Amino acid sequence: MVQAAVRTAISCDQGKGDERPWVGRSIERVEDAGLLSGRGRFIDDLGVQPGTLHAAILRSPHAHADILAIDTEAAKRLAGVAVVLTGEQVKAVTSSLVVGVKAPVECWPIATDRVRYVGEPVAVVVATDRARAEDAAELISVEYRPRSAVVDPLGTLAREAPVLHDGFPGNLASDRTFRYGDPEQAFADAPHRFSIDVKYPRNSCTPIETYGVIASHDAAEDAFDILANFQGPFSIHTVIARALKVPGNRLRLRTPPDSGGSFGVKQGVFPYIVLIAAAARVAGRPVKWIEDRLEHLAASVSATNRATTLSAAVAADGKILALDWDQIEDCGAHLRAPEPATLYRMHGNMTGAYDIRHVKIRNRVVVTNKTPTGLNRGFGGPQVYFALERLVQRIALGLGVEPLDVIRRNLIEANAFPYRTASGALLDSGNYQEAVARAIEGGKFAELKARRDEARAQGRLYGIGLAAVVEPSVSNMGYITTVLTAAERRKTGPKNGAQATATIGLDPVGSVTVHVASVPQGQGHRTVLSQVVADVFGLEPKDIRVNTEIDTAKDAWSIASGNYASRFAAAVAGTAKLAAERVAGRLARIAASQLNVEPADIVFTRGFVASRHNPENRIAFSRVAALSHWSPGSLPDDAGQTIRETVFWTPPELTPPDDEDRINSSLCHGFIFDFCGVEIDRTTLETRIDRYVTMHDCGTILHPGMVNGQIRGGFAQALGAALYEEYAYADDGSFLTGTLADYLLPTTTEVPEPQIIHMETPSPFTPLGAKGVGEGNCMSTPVCVANAVADALGLVDVTLPLVPARLAELVRGAEPPPPSGHPIARPARQGDRQLRGEGQASLKGAPERVWRMLLDPATLQSVIPGCQRVDKISETHFRADVTLGIGPVTGRYRADVELFDLEPPRAVRLRGAAEGALGFGSAEGRIMLAPDGRGGTQLTYSYDAAIGGKVASIGGRLLDGATRVIIGQFFAALARKAGGGAAGGFSLFAWLAKLASLFGGRR
Amino acid sequence: MNRLEADARHPVRFTLNGKAVEAEAEPRTLLSDFLRQQLGATGTHVGCEHGVCGACTIVVDDMLTRACLTLAVQVDGCDIRTVEGIAPSPDRLSALQRAFRRNHALQCGFCTAGILMSLDHYLSRHPAPTEEEIRELLSGHLCRCTGYTPIIRAALEAARLATSSEETSDA
Ligand code: FES
Ligand code: FES
Repeated sequence: MVQAAVRTAISCDQGKGDERPWVGRSIERVEDAGLLSGRGRFIDDLGVQPGTLHAAILRSPHAHADILAIDTEAAKRLAGVAVVLTGEQVKAVTSSLVVGVKAPVECWPIATDRVRYVGEPVAVVVATDRARAEDAAELISVEYRPRSAVVDPLGTLAREAPVLHDGFPGNLASDRTFRYGDPEQAFADAPHRFSIDVKYPRNSCTPIETYGVIASHDAAEDAFDILANFQGPFSIHTVIARALKVPGNRLRLRTPPDSGGSFGVKQGVFPYIVLIAAAARVAGRPVKWIEDRLEHLAASVSATNRATTLSAAVAADGKILALDWDQIEDCGAHLRAPEPATLYRMHGNMTGAYDIRHVKIRNRVVVTNKTPTGLNRGFGGPQVYFALERLVQRIALGLGVEPLDVIRRNLIEANAFPYRTASGALLDSGNYQEAVARAIEGGKFAELKARRDEARAQGRLYGIGLAAVVEPSVSNMGYITTVLTAAERRKTGPKNGAQATATIGLDPVGSVTVHVASVPQGQGHRTVLSQVVADVFGLEPKDIRVNTEIDTAKDAWSIASGNYASRFAAAVAGTAKLAAERVAGRLARIAASQLNVEPADIVFTRGFVASRHNPENRIAFSRVAALSHWSPGSLPDDAGQTIRETVFWTPPELTPPDDEDRINSSLCHGFIFDFCGVEIDRTTLETRIDRYVTMHDCGTILHPGMVNGQIRGGFAQALGAALYEEYAYADDGSFLTGTLADYLLPTTTEVPEPQIIHMETPSPFTPLGAKGVGEGNCMSTPVCVANAVADALGLVDVTLPLVPARLAELVRGAEPPPPSGHPIARPARQGDRQLRGEGQASLKGAPERVWRMLLDPATLQSVIPGCQRVDKISETHFRADVTLGIGPVTGRYRADVELFDLEPPRAVRLRGAAEGALGFGSAEGRIMLAPDGRGGTQLTYSYDAAIGGKVASIGGRLLDGATRVIIGQFFAALARKAGGGAAGGFSLFAWLAKLASLFGGRR
Repeated sequence: MNRLEADARHPVRFTLNGKAVEAEAEPRTLLSDFLRQQLGATGTHVGCEHGVCGACTIVVDDMLTRACLTLAVQVDGCDIRTVEGIAPSPDRLSALQRAFRRNHALQCGFCTAGILMSLDHYLSRHPAPTEEEIRELLSGHLCRCTGYTPIIRAALEAARLATSSEETSDA
């Protein structure tokens, strides 16, 4: 297998001297030499203007709380700190980000008077360097009043749920219903009805490079210059400019030459662009901010999680007659542009690869106390196909037929293209039957089934899953307006199309430069464009220099520019071809006049412009190409210049939604058919992919190596989504997966090589016949794997990610409680950050003496490790500042402890809360003292604690152990002190401060 | 070990890819930041700063090291190799780098430096690795773009070419 792998890999298609076009060959990438030798130019690799300041962001530890006060004085006093901005200062120089639905809500890039998710920015510190800025951020003290939080999309609609925004009553941001055909009749007439409820989890494609922004403000001209690893769409440029209160021409937005992956995620940098630009304006100096990984996981952006109920009306033969969708989309704490686009991106494709004429859809968009959502590879597809393809399996089970038969029964007919779906998409081309047949054949489906039989005969857990998916690409910029009613749309004016742009430049020595606004994030756009343009001009790719940086002040761009919706191959590369052809047409006229032939006789080949009939009659490409510079007067009158040509291209098929809400949401539609075999370990319930076959028809393939690279990369991410990845939240909104040790990405040991099969049905709507390909497996693979796992375990319902613990619950039922009398604390688990424990200690000295020690605050400072300061508010009320470390997180906390039910010298109940930049906690505990009969004291204690915030998300797994260790240490030390009878000694408060800093019962 | 003053800057000297370098660092400065910001060696990338992603992997005194888990002052006097030192010359790539390019073993290239360092180090000690060994070695690196198999192929191919060319030169 390895040998075969190496052989295919070596065949890099560099072949010189052959006549084949460059497009379609896997040539080496121009990007690679620099990247391989450490000469990439990512945003954090670029120099900055002297005097540039650095920002650090203080973030909320609470999922939902009012901000009562922010004290920034100590931070401002720290040497090197230039400015500290809170919501108030940001508000003073910006306006709210526009929100994508009609509602009286605001959306700020920083909390103003309330925080609504863990990680929401609360203050920005700008200092001479990042370390100083972080030091200062720690000195900011924020007083919060917690509110109850809600994280579940169904729960947030409940009457008693806390309301996040007054402008979204009941947390509902949008509620629209759609009806296509006659679904009610179809359901009434159908012999079968099948339904499925699914909850699609939150996850993210987490690029390895985080966000970065470098911003400056020219006060004289009131103009911003911003460099950010933003990926588009550049419709967001208008959002940023509005928020910064400048016209678009005073917001110069540039991108660095390289970007370390995005997968949609770097669209979400835009609120930080606003924030850092505001900071630069207030500071009067350029400001740079590079996000760290903890910030990225907690608070950059995420895909939406969605609760869906999907029903199908099904005929006896398995034909799906109608679908009824009820989707509840969870966009997190704010509805940030371009949301709720995730929900509407697939609107034309709600029937997948199937011919279903009657469809009903209810789309609700809700807000919860989680990080706001945005673009993420697959964008809406994973959520839709998980429901649809799970339902197909359910139908097959219900009818007692093979899932493959249900799929085949419903596929759109090959002669039906271009096919208009019920909800308005125009599927450009395809032959789904043929693709399925080839996959079944080439992927050896029959053999896989035999493998399953064999495994099952041996008592192993083996399952097969399938998924058929239509992968949309090149988004219609108007699809999002489907969220508005037809009447609302009429008021706002039509939105549609997707302007792609490409510029060809010829310099005075006739060398060719290409510029596009596609903002690649590692996909190799420069290489593919050099192939496309080389073919037009009869040159080699190495002759073509491609620049993909974007500068909105100088370059051709449109709102559709950027790297999303898999639009590069279909739209941008095609537009580059059109631009090159336009220049080539003029060059042909010039050459024709020089060679004395008709322009129609001109060909571009091997660096020459020549007569087709008489190839000896030729002129070097560079000579013709340079003529516009050196001798414009000698050009034929009708030729025009050939120095620079920019072409804009938008497909006419991308029309706005019609009055019946039908929308052609995307231009191209590839087809994917996947199947896989998985085996699940009986003991560990770990899922192993035995074989994975993925068939793609993405139209014309421009660079096979890169297409396969996109498929493999998407597959690996989708495998992560299926098996490991979830942005998990506790019920109170604490974020639980705040490091890459908690949010698990698949590695080399988990990702197998999928078998990739291709078929090419060119798109009639794109210049090169290409369609997008990068997102498809993110749509097909999670559900394909889920179907296989359901098949293996005989499950009706499965929820992602398919971690062994979850499968164990499904297979074996919930874990039984530990036997009674089991000592001390139960471990903290995900979603359960309650910590409980009890213990005892023997101390020398009578209870009266121990009691006095416990209640003596005067000695606290010297005996509590990390205690900075103690204030005694009353005899039974104390405040202290302590520094504590748990696992990787050391932080400063302010603890507040009160004593109750004092029964000296026998018992006391205590209640405390602590709060710091790294988290918060509250605790309730009881301590009892009893004489041990030998002149000493037997002390018993119990506590009930809860913690939240960053410490929960990054140190969560360590908390239980840390609790026991710290408390154990405390009592050991207390016993030592009591034994020694030294002055000072320990006190109850010391224990409380410790306990409350870490844990603590809910109030 | 000497106790270093927290707020002061301390001179740090070491060899970086064969050249002596010197700059000053606070005790808390991470080696990754020091390389990138003080020395301008930006080829070493930072993806997590908590030791999981592997992007910052470099070689310190012949040992694979996470630069993000190392303090700059710790490497005083050490010999350090980073991705900038892998290629034989600025306009030529090493066999391993060429194998990466041929196999499309990188997309965005952000994870690549760390992976190259691990492989370069490993292959020099284990010239004929199996696929399993390479997968095991690289399980400490996260790549979000490639799905890994092209990286494995590139590594195996580089190893194979190196061995066969050695055999030929021996012959
Ligand atoms: S940056 Fe060092 S391991 Fe991730
Ligand atoms: S190539 Fe992008 S993370 Fe590996």
